[in-house]
Amino acid sequence: MGSMTIGAKYKTTIKDPGTAGILRMNDDRFTFTPNDPRSAMKFNVDFRTIKGHKFNKVEGNKAALLNLSKEDKAGGYIFEFDNVGNRDLCRDFVVASAALEQLSAAEVERRVKLLREDSELQKLHKKFVLGNILQESEFWATRKNLLDDEANKRSKQRPGFKNALVDIKPTTDGRTNKVTFQITPEMIHQIFAEKPAVRRAYLDFVPKKMSETRFWEKYCRAEYLVRTKNTAAATAEAAGDEELAIFLKNDDIVAKESKMKIKRVDPTLDMEADTGDDYIHLPDHGIHRYGNKETVDADSDLARRTLSQDLNRHAAVVLEGRSLDVESTDPKTSAEALVRSKKEPPSTSIVDDANHERLVKVARMTEIEDLQAPRSLPYAPLCIKDPREYFDSQQANALRSLGGSNAGRKARTCSLSTEEAFHHLMDQMSSIKVNKLNCPIIQSDMALKVLNELNEGISHSRRLNLKNPQEGLLGQLPQHTRDELMDHWTAIQELLWHFWSSYPITSAVLYNKVQRVKEAMTQIYQKLQLIKESAQPDVRHEISRLVKPMTQALDAAFNHDLEQQQKSSKTGNRHNGF
Amino acid sequence: MTSAHSKLYSDDVSLVVVVVDTNPFFWAAAALPFADFFAHLIHFVNSILLLNHLNRVVVIAAGVSSCAYILDSSDVSPSGGVGVSDTFDRASRKAEEFIAQDARATAGNGSVASANAASLLSGALSLALCYIQRIFRSGTRHPQPRILCLQGSPDRPEQYVAVMNSIFSAQRSMVPIDSCIVGTQDSAFLQQASYITGGVYLKPQELNGLFQYLAAVFATDLHSRAFLRLPKTLGVDFRASCFCHKKTIDMGYVCSVCLSIFCKNQKKCSTCGSEFSRVMPDLNSMPDQSK
Repeated sequence: MGSMTIGAKYKTTIKDPGTAGILRMNDDRFTFTPNDPRSAMKFNVDFRTIKGHKFNKVEGNKAALLNLSKEDKAGGYIFEFDNVGNRDLCRDFVVASAALEQLSAAEVERRVKLLREDSELQKLHKKFVLGNILQESEFWATRKNLLDDEANKRSKQRPGFKNALVDIKPTTDGRTNKVTFQITPEMIHQIFAEKPAVRRAYLDFVPKKMSETRFWEKYCRAEYLVRTKNTAAATAEAAGDEELAIFLKNDDIVAKESKMKIKRVDPTLDMEADTGDDYIHLPDHGIHRYGNKETVDADSDLARRTLSQDLNRHAAVVLEGRSLDVESTDPKTSAEALVRSKKEPPSTSIVDDANHERLVKVARMTEIEDLQAPRSLPYAPLCIKDPREYFDSQQANALRSLGGSNAGRKARTCSLSTEEAFHHLMDQMSSIKVNKLNCPIIQSDMALKVLNELNEGISHSRRLNLKNPQEGLLGQLPQHTRDELMDHWTAIQELLWHFWSSYPITSAVLYNKVQRVKEAMTQIYQKLQLIKESAQPDVRHEISRLVKPMTQALDAAFNHDLEQQQKSSKTGNRHNGF
Repeated sequence: MTSAHSKLYSDDVSLVVVVVDTNPFFWAAAALPFADFFAHLIHFVNSILLLNHLNRVVVIAAGVSSCAYILDSSDVSPSGGVGVSDTFDRASRKAEEFIAQDARATAGNGSVASANAASLLSGALSLALCYIQRIFRSGTRHPQPRILCLQGSPDRPEQYVAVMNSIFSAQRSMVPIDSCIVGTQDSAFLQQASYITGGVYLKPQELNGLFQYLAAVFATDLHSRAFLRLPKTLGVDFRASCFCHKKTIDMGYVCSVCLSIFCKNQKKCSTCGSEFSRVMPDLNSMPDQSK
């Protein structure tokens, strides 16, 4: 598309006085060479790394700035120009350069999705963009908020762990003494997440010391022993088999983690009643687990896991969320991955650097994204009252201007002075006292007259106020005419938006755009005329009433354009690029 | 329009506060003599009192320089009687006193122009609303209040702000304002008042049958209005008057902070003090192209 060379100052920040130099722009890159050959501020940047541009409004003595922002918002390149014209030239070049129009795949996908969902939008898009009247960028320029909404709708939620505790329930067949356990990779993953000691044991033992099946056999055996409350057998076996002992002991990793947490005055709620509470030790008390009531045996050092401890640990892990995907069914990789994801807290003394602690704590936090509010600021349209009510209530004013129901009473001006007026009033009051109240206060025929008048008034206003939406203006037209007119109306609005926003015309790009838009407007104008002329006589009046504001708007736009052209031809060729 | 208090008292007990226009300049030139008007009024008051023995009526007179209570039906009369003639005696006596007092006040206050004098609608509405508030605070058992304005004099734009304030406070207390225009022109203030507060606006054609209008339209209590089809006004004149000159205007400038209305572009809002520092450019001139 060409290239451009212009003098400018490069600034690192807005306040920076800037290094003067030459800015050269090509189709795909721009270079800046400072005037002073010794300065280090020369660079050569590919347009592909520039994701956007910003420019400031120039008022008074402010300098004209153009900011080309980089992809990851890591800053940008700020250029100061001598005058606004130069800055605008650069800006238009940047805008027009094809490099900036490279959209990410996600953006394109969003646009396509939006078009698919909204058929009106699709129609407009087809008509204008594919008909070469507007460019893609111009079409989507006002619809940024739609695209943003679309982006935020994508759900970021990953499925978490199951809510139920991992309960390895064995199945027995009644005949032999065998007990069968079934463990799925999902369960394994959950076990590793909840019991870090088991995970550590797994990593240590498998496949060095024992095979995986053996490992799980031992684990299941330990679970079985705990479950059947066979403490004697458990102690015996633990003494004999150190691996088994690991499963039966308390999870020391968890214990360490909890200690660290408590040290940091972390608000953890431990719902377990403490041993001072005798309640658990009494017979017939305890929480149901494994089919019978669980009691805490304070003596033995094994099998001290209570249901509440397990629940707490389980809840904490579920809330933390799944840090990896479940696709990896290999227990080993999942165990290793879990180890990597959980950094061991450093075994520090109580005197810790507060900052460091906070950082470590933050490192273990998981952001729950789907509970956060959407990033885009929602907007609510301001609406105070139903605007249709206003027009209903103005009917009387309209009637009045046609000479309404006020005839019959003429205002008589009072030409008395203050004294005389009051005197008159006092006379009236005295006359009442003299006459007392005359009965009847009102004659019967007068009363009847009044009632009739009231009735008529009420039914009249009822008739006027009765609204049937089917009989509105649009309802009387045939369907296809109505659709056509609506289409034209939306098209006209879109075109007018682009037309008016292009003024004042300062560059060739805008000029071309205006020409294209004008051409499209002329075509619609002709179509509207055609509709008006070919309308059926009974709906002709309604159609012309509907078409009138559209043609008026188009006329206003054409007139404005004509004025502009006359002005510019009068003042000569002062505009860029004409 | 039922108020929130209707559950606490019998549904159809009402308190009607009647605001009567006693502008002598209007009545001197009115088609209906004031004596007849007063008679219609008294009969109407009595019929309301007949509908329910707990009903109460208060009549407030809006004069040129002052307003006062003419009648309060809960007052015990000195002679002890409660009949029609008794009400009439009390009311007429008080009315005479008031008119005399108003005459004195107006004579003393030379600034009131004669033919253009208006009745103090805003003052009377304020009195009515204060009375109603007192009723609200008297306990849980009280009648449902509403206001009826019998207006004849034309609207004065000077009273716009005060009248609108009273209307809004009536709306907030859920007190409907009914209006019956006995004059020749429609009153924009009262149209707006009835529209906002949910009352009835009526301009009777036959003033000799005023009592019939009042009894048919305005006598029913608020609860029963839900079952009746009352005259609905076709349109409301929503024009406002500007705060600076008190002229009625259709288009003007509005302060974006306090919503006060001005007819001319001003540097500073006189109500809330906010500055309007941006001067709007002349929209017809071209922006300067060369820079």
